[in-house]
Amino acid sequence: MKFGVVVFPGSNCDYDTFHVLQNVMGQETVFLWHKNHDLQGVDCVVLPGGFSYGDYLRSGAIARFSPIMVEVKKFAAAGGLVLGICNGFQILLEAGLLPGAMLRNKHLKFLCQHVHIRIDNPKTAFSNAGKKGQVLKIPIAHFDGNYYADPQLLAELERNKQIVFRYCDEKGNLTEEANVNGSLNSIAGLINRQGNVLGMMPHPERASERILGSEDGKIIFQSIINFLEKRTGAGKRKAGKIVRPAISPLPPLIGTF
Amino acid sequence: MKVRILVSLKESVLDPQGQTVRNALHTLGYHSVKDVRQGKVFEIELEGVGRSEAEKIIPEIADKVLANPIIEKFTWEILDY
Repeated sequence: MKFGVVVFPGSNCDYDTFHVLQNVMGQETVFLWHKNHDLQGVDCVVLPGGFSYGDYLRSGAIARFSPIMVEVKKFAAAGGLVLGICNGFQILLEAGLLPGAMLRNKHLKFLCQHVHIRIDNPKTAFSNAGKKGQVLKIPIAHFDGNYYADPQLLAELERNKQIVFRYCDEKGNLTEEANVNGSLNSIAGLINRQGNVLGMMPHPERASERILGSEDGKIIFQSIINFLEKRTGAGKRKAGKIVRPAISPLPPLIGTF
Repeated sequence: MKVRILVSLKESVLDPQGQTVRNALHTLGYHSVKDVRQGKVFEIELEGVGRSEAEKIIPEIADKVLANPIIEKFTWEILDY
């Protein structure tokens, strides 16, 4: 499968995401420059974490006007898979590809720590490699991750099982303490109604190798691969077997901001 | 033409920054401060447009870009013309 990682000025998890997709998950991966209109025929677009456009105005507010986002919107409307991680999630909210908005974290602190999240809906393109109720250990790093939606929208999200991941303690309990940023209903990851666009604040690309303390993030990437292989009829790979090509040097980023 | 646009969180949205400022003011002894809401100010200079055109585009700009209508509201005024 072919993955595209979008690079905005200020993205800083683009190389990590590229590395995990290519070298850990063994997938063909390309960078997608924010000024381009070409998605290069990818099967899945990833909006990585970082501080696109310096987080000016509001996190993600300027990135949504990038040329590449015009194509990402078309791609999503046609059913293409889009994953937004951290700042990528904020961009998806600002672009209207996901409902709701982000507020500053409840204690007004930038949070950079490992958290636990619970899979509440394993029947999605982004969570099918996990089990319902499974607890994942994945780090967060953000200032604005306090998810907000009005009561009506929140009820709708619950009803449609659009809340895929929730902050929890290590046993999977939803506690006030475990909900570190104050998100409504402990929302850590959210999918759109059509099921092809997911945003999550935790960084799966920072938890996909044992040396980093957790490999739980691979569940998200493996789910996408499972879904795409099923959709294209490529046949499911044996569980747990991941092709590891020799580590290839990452392509240099070409272009001017 | 100078325009000032004020963006702030909706009343229904919790404003932890405003609360922190309020608490700091209480610490300083300003106990009459009942509530603080924090916001953003934009000063925009327009040229080549008349008043009626400005009155049309200012709320558009605020709604599309300057404010996130899900969590924020805005007011605006024309400062000089």
